[in-house]
Amino acid sequence: MLQFLQLIASGIAQGCIYGLIALGFVLIYKATETINFAQGDLMMLGGFLGLTGTLALGLPFWAAFAAALVAMLFFGMALERAVLRPLLGQPAFTVVMVTIGIGYLARGLVTMIPEWGTDTHVLPVPYKDDIVSIGGTDGLILSMEHIVIIAVTALLIVGLYLLFKHTKIGIAMQATSQNQLAAFYMGIPVRRINMLVWGLSAAISACAGLLLAPITFVHANMGFIGLKAFPAAVVGGFGSIPGALVGGLIIGVVETLAGFYLPEGFKDIAAYIVVLVMLAVKPNGLFGENLRKKV
Amino acid sequence: MRFLFKTHYDQDVRLFRHGGQVFWYGLLLAALFVAPWLLPDYYVSQLVFIWIYAIAAIGLMILVGFTGQVSLGHAAFLAMGAYTEAYLHQHGWPFALSLTFSALVAGITGIIVGLPALRVKGMYLAIATLAFGFIVEEGVARAESITGGNAGKAIGSLEVFGLPIDSEQRFYYLSLFVLVLVVIGVMNLLRSPTGRAFVAIRDSEISAQSMGINLARYKTIAFALSAAVAGIAGALYAHKLRYLSPDQFTFLQSIELLIILVIGGVGSIYGAIFGAAFWIAVQQFIVLAKDWLPPAIAQQTGLQPTVFGLILVAFVLFEPMGLYGRWLKIRTFFQLFPFYRKGLFRRQKSYMKSERLK
Repeated sequence: MLQFLQLIASGIAQGCIYGLIALGFVLIYKATETINFAQGDLMMLGGFLGLTGTLALGLPFWAAFAAALVAMLFFGMALERAVLRPLLGQPAFTVVMVTIGIGYLARGLVTMIPEWGTDTHVLPVPYKDDIVSIGGTDGLILSMEHIVIIAVTALLIVGLYLLFKHTKIGIAMQATSQNQLAAFYMGIPVRRINMLVWGLSAAISACAGLLLAPITFVHANMGFIGLKAFPAAVVGGFGSIPGALVGGLIIGVVETLAGFYLPEGFKDIAAYIVVLVMLAVKPNGLFGENLRKKV
Repeated sequence: MRFLFKTHYDQDVRLFRHGGQVFWYGLLLAALFVAPWLLPDYYVSQLVFIWIYAIAAIGLMILVGFTGQVSLGHAAFLAMGAYTEAYLHQHGWPFALSLTFSALVAGITGIIVGLPALRVKGMYLAIATLAFGFIVEEGVARAESITGGNAGKAIGSLEVFGLPIDSEQRFYYLSLFVLVLVVIGVMNLLRSPTGRAFVAIRDSEISAQSMGINLARYKTIAFALSAAVAGIAGALYAHKLRYLSPDQFTFLQSIELLIILVIGGVGSIYGAIFGAAFWIAVQQFIVLAKDWLPPAIAQQTGLQPTVFGLILVAFVLFEPMGLYGRWLKIRTFFQLFPFYRKGLFRRQKSYMKSERLK
């Protein structure tokens, strides 16, 4: 039983990471109706920026964390302005291909930066190897890394909730995601909002990268974990922000349990089996909206 | 400039529109026929890769370019074809039979993958195929009794109708022959009612449905055909490499096929072939360029993905119709000379076409 709880706890932590990356997908999907295949690579960039912040610049961890988020916010906005905006109004497939290209570029260029390279790096975090045990010495043991992941994710979600509910920008983002044209007529600067959404999404995935770094290390291909966030987004219903997080948690927990109880090999494909089942049973996901076009 | 006077309805569906095309394609075929005698073995081998990639890309083109369904897991069909061929070859089946059977197995897998396509579309379908691709990749690695697992599987020498295919030249002719067959087959498909239905579905599912096209049926056919052609490519690929392992059929391989389509130009057979040729050529070029680039750049392992990424982004931004589109523009320029104007191929901008609504 205790072992089961232990697995659930680490599954939830892993799921938070998936959820955060999925959140990035969903934000961009809602606003611009395209999927950003470079999301995982943005996460990797965030990890590397954190690395530079702490090691090369000597910032304290949390300062470097914040700096990396801000840097990625601007990077995401710049990316939208430079590459995505010229494609506004093109079919989703075109934009998807561009994001795939950006992913390739990011993975290639990162290995050329002297301090980053192809090596695997360790991000020094102040909470490394700390553990917290609940219920005495033989109770549930949680590693600090996992607790930090869960706590930061929760904070971020609350922050996003407040942003979308109570600020003008957040409400403008919601309007844009529901109907660009109508939002435009209402005087919302749709393009600038899209830019902001890309920035926000990049910052969130950078956050995921920084949280994941103590567990999996930082390297050029860490972005491939983003491929497991697709199932998370679909399970939650692409286009639903709470759905992304719930989907992430489901995928994380199922994956961890599959890794422990099922034969070898199932851990890696558990997420994909879950998503195929989901698509067969409920194609719109748990929180998805079901809209139909009227001709 | 050539003016075609149509005097018969057949002229609309003929494979060759006019005598000039017969002449030029004949010349091209003749050139390809003598090429292996004139080129060194290494280049012949690269040409074989182009033919194989072109077949795979044509397979994907049926789905992406003509039916408008996205697949991010096409490497899985390559893998099905390749491993079926390897398995049957090992058990002594003649090549013609085992190739057909590989296509069949891949095609049936395609139908299975196509099942979600009947319910979901757009990005959901992309993710379903992606999920399927990963599952096949893992399955191939685990089914050690058939595929040899991660250790890989070697394939013996090939023999076609008693003729041993033991040199690059012979394999070149074999793969070229298969490519030509596939091209002719797909061209015929496109002028048949089935092919027209595919294109109608791509352009608008709702209007296709209103015209009496059974979406489920034609989408399934598209998946099956696309997968079968990819399976043929996979079978040839198996014999070309002579050694199969699961890491040849990853997600990145599926993405590579999509990139080939985008570079070549989505929506035409030319696109698939141009894209494949360009893709192989670029890889060769990167290898060659390493010799004269400063070592600081040439030693970088990230060089290849960087170049791929740049090319892909540049194509989508500046030449969205791909190499074939560029060729069309050049041809039109000379045909209309001096009346070609800049806006002739301009993309129409729409605000946003929502796919969220069915």
